[in-house]
Amino acid sequence: MAAMAFMHYLPNGKVCTIPVMKPAPLDILPATSVAHALSLLGEHGDQARLIAGGQSLMPILAMRLAAPAILIDINGIADLRGIRLEADGSVLIGALTRHRDLERSPLLAERLPLIAAAMPWIAHVQIRNRGTLGGSLSHADPAAELPALCIALCATIELHSPRGVRQIAADDFFQGVFATARADDELLTAVRVPATTPAQRWAFIELARRHGDFALCGIALTADCSPTGAVTQARIVVFGVSDCPRRLPHLESAIVGSAPSPASIDQAMQSLDTVEARSDHHASSEYRLELLATLARRALRQAFGFDERTAP
Amino acid sequence: MNAPDRAGLGNAFEAAATGTLSGAPIERVEDERFLTGAGRFTDDVRFEGMGHAAILRSTHAHARIRRIDCTAARALPGVMLVATAADIAQANKPIPIRLAPLPGLDRFLQPTIAADEVRYVGEPVAIVVASSRYVAEDALDLIEVDYDEGPAVASITQSASNATLVHAAVGTNVATQYPVERGDVDRAFAGAPYTRRERFRCHRHTGAPMETRGLVAEWNGSLMRVWGATKVPFFNRGLLASFFDLPETAVDMIETDIGGGFGIRGEFYPEDFLVPWASMQLGRPVKWIEDRREHLMAANHARETECELEIAMNLDGTIRGLRGRVMADLGAYVRTGGGVAVSRLAQYLPGPYRISDFGCEVMALVTNKTPVGTMRGPGRYEANYFRERLLDLACGDLGLDPVAVREMNLIARHEMPWPIGRLVPTEGEGAYDVGDFHSGLHKALSAIGYDRLPRDGALIDGWLHGVGVACFVESSGGGKSENARIVARTDGSFDIYSGVSTMGQGHETVFAQIAGDELGAPISAFRVHHGSTAHVDYGWGTFHSRAIVVGGSAVKLAAAQMREQLDALAAAGHRGPPAEDIEVKLRYDTKGPTYSYGTHVAHVAVDPETARVKVLAYVALEDVGRVMNPLLAHGQAVGGAVQGIGATFLDELRYDENAQLLSGSYADYLMATSTEAPAVQAVLLEESPSPSNPLGAKGAGEGGIVATAGALANAVGNALAAWRLPLTSLPLSLDNLARALREARSAAAVPGQDH
Ligand SMILES: Cc1cc2nc3c(=O)[nH]c(=O)nc-3n(C[C@H](O)[C@H](O)[C@H](O)COP(=O)(O)OP(=O)(O)OC[C@H]3O[C@@H](n4cnc5c(N)ncnc54)[C@H](O)[C@@H]3O)c2cc1C
Repeated sequence: MAAMAFMHYLPNGKVCTIPVMKPAPLDILPATSVAHALSLLGEHGDQARLIAGGQSLMPILAMRLAAPAILIDINGIADLRGIRLEADGSVLIGALTRHRDLERSPLLAERLPLIAAAMPWIAHVQIRNRGTLGGSLSHADPAAELPALCIALCATIELHSPRGVRQIAADDFFQGVFATARADDELLTAVRVPATTPAQRWAFIELARRHGDFALCGIALTADCSPTGAVTQARIVVFGVSDCPRRLPHLESAIVGSAPSPASIDQAMQSLDTVEARSDHHASSEYRLELLATLARRALRQAFGFDERTAP
Repeated sequence: MNAPDRAGLGNAFEAAATGTLSGAPIERVEDERFLTGAGRFTDDVRFEGMGHAAILRSTHAHARIRRIDCTAARALPGVMLVATAADIAQANKPIPIRLAPLPGLDRFLQPTIAADEVRYVGEPVAIVVASSRYVAEDALDLIEVDYDEGPAVASITQSASNATLVHAAVGTNVATQYPVERGDVDRAFAGAPYTRRERFRCHRHTGAPMETRGLVAEWNGSLMRVWGATKVPFFNRGLLASFFDLPETAVDMIETDIGGGFGIRGEFYPEDFLVPWASMQLGRPVKWIEDRREHLMAANHARETECELEIAMNLDGTIRGLRGRVMADLGAYVRTGGGVAVSRLAQYLPGPYRISDFGCEVMALVTNKTPVGTMRGPGRYEANYFRERLLDLACGDLGLDPVAVREMNLIARHEMPWPIGRLVPTEGEGAYDVGDFHSGLHKALSAIGYDRLPRDGALIDGWLHGVGVACFVESSGGGKSENARIVARTDGSFDIYSGVSTMGQGHETVFAQIAGDELGAPISAFRVHHGSTAHVDYGWGTFHSRAIVVGGSAVKLAAAQMREQLDALAAAGHRGPPAEDIEVKLRYDTKGPTYSYGTHVAHVAVDPETARVKVLAYVALEDVGRVMNPLLAHGQAVGGAVQGIGATFLDELRYDENAQLLSGSYADYLMATSTEAPAVQAVLLEESPSPSNPLGAKGAGEGGIVATAGALANAVGNALAAWRLPLTSLPLSLDNLARALREARSAAAVPGQDH
């Protein structure tokens, strides 16, 4: 498990040194609607934190890396949970939708198989039963799967605040380690994934130290193809390697334009982007970059049906 | 054999004929209470008005304490006590050594609480007792400690230079240093046609039982009762009594159910004094339950060692001699069993092979890291890895078959008892008692289907296959004696009291099996009591796989005496249960250790591009003399192997160059979970019953872990044969393996990069 790996690169540089495992005193205020949550957020300001599944926040509180006086519990806001197919073919997923709901949704399995394929890689069932889409995106762990999936699927993220609603492309949302474009008074309410064609190619691949740990390196990939099989557009996202999920634009361009073959994939790999990789006691930056090259090539092979090896 | 009509359980006699319970796969009688949530663990012990303790621990690896200000903490509502060394009369009294008092170690003992200097991250600095653990932790936040940070010793190399001293007053970081030798090792090396010397390293990790440490202490003015005792309650009682100048009878250690021990739980730690002390101060019960972060920084670490090892061989693979130097990192202080692992490591370097000429320089050093203790297979896991890996490297150099070389060098059955010399300074000469090491090797190979396995780097679906073999021998049955007491009750049932404690192995079941056979009574006729100091006059506890070998033997002999008494009653015409309780008390003295042995074989597949290793098959074979209960013995063997497989790839306590612990949570200290545990096939043999005890038993608790690193490193090395990786350092983590491959690739452009 690497859920608490954030300890080593917490934005404020704080590392918990006194070994404690009980949160400091706090009050929990249940929010009953989006408007109610926003008004509580406005009222308590930086005294308060939102809590969804608690799978990232609770360890932070237990180790007293954060000690908010108030938790605004959004679990009771029924509107925020659910997966819906819109008239235009896009899929709208509420922020409170649990990882397990994403994993088991027949709609996603049919329309967005990339999500269905990736979900079992997130933690373990117990955690997926609680963890939420909105929590994962807001927390923005550099090695989390859902942020990368949102980028690969060209999703937009919906944020509510007293100032109104705004939509922001996933491409622009993630800004660094635990850093996003979300303002403190904003509530992440939903994610919209545009319609995909059934012919869209995709791949998901990751490597972690144990099953369910945060990835040392992962790739989420989608590619649209013309009727002749030529790639018209590709989104190749790496996560776990740098401070937040990143597209690999050079590799994307190298694969666009023709129908891939094993040889052309190897050729395209020559254009693999330079990425700044982090180093920690689980994996050095050299190793992460080796994994990036290997997994990106394997993801491309997998997406276009040339994969001959067993996972990953 | 028919059970005679004898006083006792009446018709229950029909249920069990003598000699049928031992060796039967009887489910644990303990399971029902564990599986239905009826177990009673330390945290389940609750008292009205009980205080909850939390310990303030050093955040520095090495610092002087200038000042501690507890004012704000003491003023917090709900806080009952805040104490530092200044408040504790016994603060400077060190915790003594229990096992392996190697020369020099007693200069480095740990005080019960740091007074003016802290020497590792996690060292106790203050204790708080409050109305709840939450409030106690709030109070910890309010204690201000003014530290004057000094340079820290973070590695064996740094320690050996003595440039920075962990204990300035002692004047050296070398806690102990001594040579051991048998035969004439220089003669063996002189003129040897082949030698190879390697520098090995075993990483720091720990037992990490599922249940952390914990204690509830209650002082009622004349009696100190402590719940949560385990492993060595009698020894700890004596120690605690001595801290308070109390007679031993004024202290009761009470065993609760336990979520694992693995050697680290149950030794006497600072908290084992501090919590009872707090209860005495407050005149109320105090509970302390260690949390996981504390556990990883405060409970014993284990295994960190470096070893230079050199082998001399003839070109046909005959081992001529083995010599080396072992350097162990003991952490900041020498704890109760701090010297065990390093001394056993040196002792087991030659292993099960006919190596008459062996020599080793043993060194143990202090560093500014958490002190070490014993962990399942102490010294054996490390020694086995160093030697077995070196053997495979030598086979690679000489173009010899690793299995054939092992066959050639294993000590033969007819050579037993095989004298092993005096390789531990605190012990006398020893000898492997009895064993057929060759049979163990052959049966392990056939169990895994060795002849049919793809190996030597065979490429299948992008994975390179390899097989590794490691043979081992290890001792068990330590501790001089054990007590047993059996009481035949007037209702026909029996109470068995034993001086051993449990780590969850299932003693309640096996002791009933043993006694049941002697008394011709079924399992259900027995209640087994263990671990608590009130049960018998003295108990030596549970370590060194001794519970069945020594404790079980005591139960067997006590039951036999009971049977004589009941037979005498029956002969005198008495029918049915005795008219009054009959008690038998017995002390069984051991004739010294006995030796289990076996072979592990691992089949792995490695992805040479990602360095991922899959363990496809694993056989852990061990001859344990006599299998008292195959279900439980297999559980021990499989559990040991899984723990060792996890440790070899994952578990690692990492420190940075300032001796700050980096693996302080389960996010960073990774253990094998069900998804990493391969299907381990445990094979238990009974070919060589021990002549040392009436059961013929040998220890079965540790062999499962002992040969894991050796077998796995050899398997990975075999899979990656094309790169000739030394693999002389653990763990075989993804990052370490990837680095080894990277270095090998850049050293020489070898084929295989693009499988
Ligand atoms: C053992 C373990 C292993 C894990 N492994 C993985 C893994 O492999 N991959 C992975 O991706 N994740 C992993 N996780 C994290 C898990 O997926 C979390 O559930 C997720 O990251 C956060 O979701 P949550 O609902 O639990 O958020 P919470 O913990 O409740 O909140 C997280 C943060 O998001 C904020 N927040 C929550 N909801 C909103 C919202 N709607 N709007 C604005 N802010 C919000 C909170 O204020 C908080 O700062 C693991 C967790 C654990 C405990």
